[in-house]
Amino acid sequence: MVIETSLGKMDVRKLKKVVHQVDNANERTTVTEYYLEGVSVHRSVDVVLKQASVTAAMLCAALK
Amino acid sequence: MANSQAMCSQFKVDILNGLHAFGASVVRAGTTKDAYKAALYLVSASRGAGDTVYSATGEVSGTNYSAGGVAVTTGTAPTLSGTTAIFTPSASIIYTTVTLSTAFDAVLIYNDTSSTKLAVSVHTFGSQTVTAGTFTLTMPTNDASNALIRLA
Repeated sequence: MVIETSLGKMDVRKLKKVVHQVDNANERTTVTEYYLEGVSVHRSVDVVLKQASVTAAMLCAALK
Repeated sequence: MANSQAMCSQFKVDILNGLHAFGASVVRAGTTKDAYKAALYLVSASRGAGDTVYSATGEVSGTNYSAGGVAVTTGTAPTLSGTTAIFTPSASIIYTTVTLSTAFDAVLIYNDTSSTKLAVSVHTFGSQTVTAGTFTLTMPTNDASNALIRLA
């Protein structure tokens, strides 16, 4: 498979893949990085928003 | 059966659909839904509840990122989940093949149809950078506990 990198398109077989994951109350994030000779050449991020930072209970209460 | 003080649940949905105006409102061009966009902001920015409109101040910049961000897919209309009015974009918000080298940690969703680009909500996440990759904001489940926008 070929991916975009900071050095242009590259075959992933030439790269080292590292996946980091963060899972907390606010988000579940997966970071996929590819390295060429120790240098990061590709970093993609997928953030799943778990907790709405926007609730309007106070707005509704004010309108009651 | 007794009377009970309450915020009518449908009213909350109607707010999300722009059917009420307790103050001065605007003349809308039509009855179609508005278009929304999502812009990313640097860790150093100050986006939050005080925002009233989209601002380019503190917005990320980089390869393949256009100022103002990307469109938000609003395929599912606001609805009720129990007594909570909810709305969640119907697809992930995706910034494709971008390079964003300066750390960012927030997205502002705003009304791109309104002339002033009215702000809707700010959502934060852990500080990130992207290198020749894709930044995806996957939406939560559209229910009373998890929806992106909830009027409880």
